[in-house]
Amino acid sequence: MTITPGGLLLVLAVMVPFVGVLTAFTLGGRNAQRVAMVTIVAGLAVAIAIAAAMAQSGGALVYLLGGWAPPLGIALRADGLSLVMLLAVAVVILGIGVYARADFGTPAGVREARAPLVFWTLLLAIWGSLNLVFVSGDLFTLYVALELLTFAAVPLVSLDGRGETLRAALRYLLYALLGSVFYLLGAVLMYGAYGTLDIALLGERIRPEPATLAAAALMTAGLLAKTALFPLHLWLPPAHAGAPAAASAVLSGLVIKGSWFLVVRLWLDVLPGVVTLEAAQLLAALGAGAILVGNVVALRQERLKLLVAYSTVAQIGYLFLMFPLAFGAAAAGLDASGAVTGGMLQAISHATAKAAMFMAAGLIYLALGHDRIAGLAGVARALPVSVLTFAVAGVALMGLPPSGAYVAKKLFFDAAAGTGQWWWELVLDAGGLLTASYVVLVLAHALRRADAPIAPRKPVSRMAGGAALALALCSLALGFVANGAFSLDALSSALTVADLGSSILLLVGGAMLAAGLGHSLPSVPAVDAAVAIFRPLRRATVAVGAMLVRVDGVLRQWPVASLALLALTIAFGAAMIAGG
Amino acid sequence: MTDAATLFGLCAAALVGIGVYALVVNPQPLRKIVAFNVIGNGVFVLFGVIARRGGVLEWGGDPVPQALLITGLVVAFSATALAVALLLRLAHETGSATLAADAPEAARSDAGAGDA
Repeated sequence: MTITPGGLLLVLAVMVPFVGVLTAFTLGGRNAQRVAMVTIVAGLAVAIAIAAAMAQSGGALVYLLGGWAPPLGIALRADGLSLVMLLAVAVVILGIGVYARADFGTPAGVREARAPLVFWTLLLAIWGSLNLVFVSGDLFTLYVALELLTFAAVPLVSLDGRGETLRAALRYLLYALLGSVFYLLGAVLMYGAYGTLDIALLGERIRPEPATLAAAALMTAGLLAKTALFPLHLWLPPAHAGAPAAASAVLSGLVIKGSWFLVVRLWLDVLPGVVTLEAAQLLAALGAGAILVGNVVALRQERLKLLVAYSTVAQIGYLFLMFPLAFGAAAAGLDASGAVTGGMLQAISHATAKAAMFMAAGLIYLALGHDRIAGLAGVARALPVSVLTFAVAGVALMGLPPSGAYVAKKLFFDAAAGTGQWWWELVLDAGGLLTASYVVLVLAHALRRADAPIAPRKPVSRMAGGAALALALCSLALGFVANGAFSLDALSSALTVADLGSSILLLVGGAMLAAGLGHSLPSVPAVDAAVAIFRPLRRATVAVGAMLVRVDGVLRQWPVASLALLALTIAFGAAMIAGG
Repeated sequence: MTDAATLFGLCAAALVGIGVYALVVNPQPLRKIVAFNVIGNGVFVLFGVIARRGGVLEWGGDPVPQALLITGLVVAFSATALAVALLLRLAHETGSATLAADAPEAARSDAGAGDA
């Protein structure tokens, strides 16, 4: 193994954000924001340079730290998966940086405060840690990168210093620590069995034996706790809903992708000889649970930011549907399968759309002084750009053409049909319908005419609104980019009558679901009449919804969630033994 | 020597078990932080055992795990410091140091479930 041309760029991808962190922290005050903006531009340039270098060499980039080759040394590697994530994160960070100038800027004449300094330094720290996760070629370096990511993310939750958010941050930290200690225990067992932690070497040496199975189960379960996959999501809703909007966008759009990416890395590169279809089905079954419970509980929320946070719980589920679908194509090599491409697309499209959605919710909160969904009437007139952003991001999340999620869904459908796993198609369809229902519910409220026109409490920055809309449009246009980049023809049929029909059906079905399950319905004559006719039906569906909310409440108790983590570890071990 | 390694391995397993039990059962955040440290120490002892046993180069010990161990200790120390700082701030802001504020919220959304 040798250093490839352009390998040094991988070091830069990690170093540039961290140099930014140190400089911003040292210069402090109003300089922090300037340093952050310069760093963001420089980091984006590095990501583009890596893309160019990889296009030129046509393969992965490798850098050996200090010139020492594994197993003694540590390698940095970037393949196609890393590159996609590096670029996507750079773009989302740029959008968030532009958006946050309004919230965390320190204009001349205003006293310097602590929160902006902390926000800008931690934003860069999260970026550097994520880049390290994407380019590390070593399980222990990945552990350190994940811990850095958590340490940078936790204080963002409690940026405003209220007791409620401090509690959310502490829960997040403690649960993430439990997850990471499981991961570390797994990594240690791996080293004990194979004498190396290098991903490429491990991938060659690995055999299905007891120590490996225990390590694989521990690492997978630990990472799921950090990703907040249902039923290990106890920390996510309060943490993501309580943070300031720009921080929520980072946490929801980017941070959870770090540990998810590591699961992908492990399952595709380290463990293909060990993981079984049963284990992959278990992973996707948890994802299906996340989609069902997350979406229904989102629909039952009274506050917009909590709704968006629960939508993240559901969207994490989609990210794990790729594992059994990719597994079916294992004979052809996992990397080559459409399901993996679909999973990556889903991740990027969620990163952009969810960041945009949180930003729009933040602007609405800023203008109204509250984010009760029932009190959103008249917002569309006062804040047209923010409501448009929410709508575009919502369309991208439900997977209507030409969004990236649409192409991802198509790829998942193809993989499901190809491997004969029709049940995941049902989950995907149900998920799209449920997503449509809460987007329609929020828009129905926002588009209503208010009794008196709303006067925004604070002027909303045009720049911030523009950044949010730009990210939402990125997510919507991702389908075109993916079509070109992977030479798919997923979009060619997107504008046929049948597809248009299914899109309309999705929206209508979503509206009906929202009427049946929604917490706070807009009181307009048509809705009132429909609710009056279907009152018994609605009573039944609301009871189901309330039951799921109660289930979610029980699962988010600390003892239940940590026992679930232990049970999942054992279940993954059993699933790997059963198939092996 | 094999016996010593087995003994230390069992100690490591016991430490991890005690820590996980405490982390699940104890409601107080400070105890959870201590429990996390107990689990961490179990993992580090296990890593030490692997270093002692593993000696790929017949040195009577493998240096790589020791280098990783030191990094692991630093990470665990930083995690503890961050958790304690958050806990102190929480106690200062709210006058109590519990994590159990989520239950009332869930109860509230339950109570609001029957309307509309």
